[in-house]
Amino acid sequence: MNALPSLRRRPPAPLEQHALEEIRFIRDTMERATSWTAFPGWGLVVIGVTAATVAALAARAPSSAAWIQTWLAEAVLAVGVGTAAMAFKARRMGSAPFSPGWRRFALSFSLALAAGLVLTVALARAHETDLLPGLWMLLYGVGIRTAGAFSVAPVRVMGYAFMLTGIVALFTPPGWRDALMAVSFGALHVGFGAWIARRHGG
Amino acid sequence: MGGQRGARGRRAMSAVGESAGREALALDRVVHDRTRLGMLSALAVNERLSFVELKQLLDTTDGNLSVHARKLEDAGYITCTKSFAGRVPRTEFRLVAAGRKALERYLRHMEVLIHATRAFKPPS
Repeated sequence: MNALPSLRRRPPAPLEQHALEEIRFIRDTMERATSWTAFPGWGLVVIGVTAATVAALAARAPSSAAWIQTWLAEAVLAVGVGTAAMAFKARRMGSAPFSPGWRRFALSFSLALAAGLVLTVALARAHETDLLPGLWMLLYGVGIRTAGAFSVAPVRVMGYAFMLTGIVALFTPPGWRDALMAVSFGALHVGFGAWIARRHGG
Repeated sequence: MGGQRGARGRRAMSAVGESAGREALALDRVVHDRTRLGMLSALAVNERLSFVELKQLLDTTDGNLSVHARKLEDAGYITCTKSFAGRVPRTEFRLVAAGRKALERYLRHMEVLIHATRAFKPPS
């Protein structure tokens, strides 16, 4: 959890100002206390490395169906790694792995994930698989940004970064899709994972 | 007319000032400390929090947090549970009804202070 700088001793303030500061302190503390801080930074780094590897493998996939299957397998692996890393971090912090903060985060994130799954099936059936990378990045970014409201600031920034790369992917030639997948699900995860790990305890 | 208004204003200001003073004096000293207020606020929005979580949130030391936790426990505002997760000792805190009431009372005090001091301000 983030430290509260306002704990530091300050000079005496007039009554009204003091009362306002006390109320602000209570509100800020409550906001920070509900943030889900067990978001696994190092787990995200591992997910990024596996995603970069999968991007290289998927680039050699013989068909669109094989390409989709490769990435869906990576998604399943990422969920497993993320859950294990989250449980490990929560245990190290002495908190419950499936805390109310986690539940709020997971619920917000899962909606975008579910929408992505439905659209993946619909676009695959319509043979519009070139749109999938941009769509995945955009929806993943939306999910992370929305769920990030219940977590630490870098998570929200990562959501915006994915949305941006998703928009780029939707308007660039299909030949760029594997490189953009490696950049987003690979490099962005590694970069933001390292940031979160260093700033928020692992 | 202006003199009457001035006298009335001074009486009102004096009454509000006394009221604000009483409110200030009636503050719960246990809650008034920033660390303890932070602990109560954080526990008000979480069913329970571990020692490590509270320490990180409030950016304080083990010793400091222990002292303040003991004061809140002695006041009957929080409960402390010690257990083991495997071999790792685990200390958890929960807010009890009296603690929640104390926090709500403190918030009301602050609101009263704000209203009182705003009413107390002479017209510019």
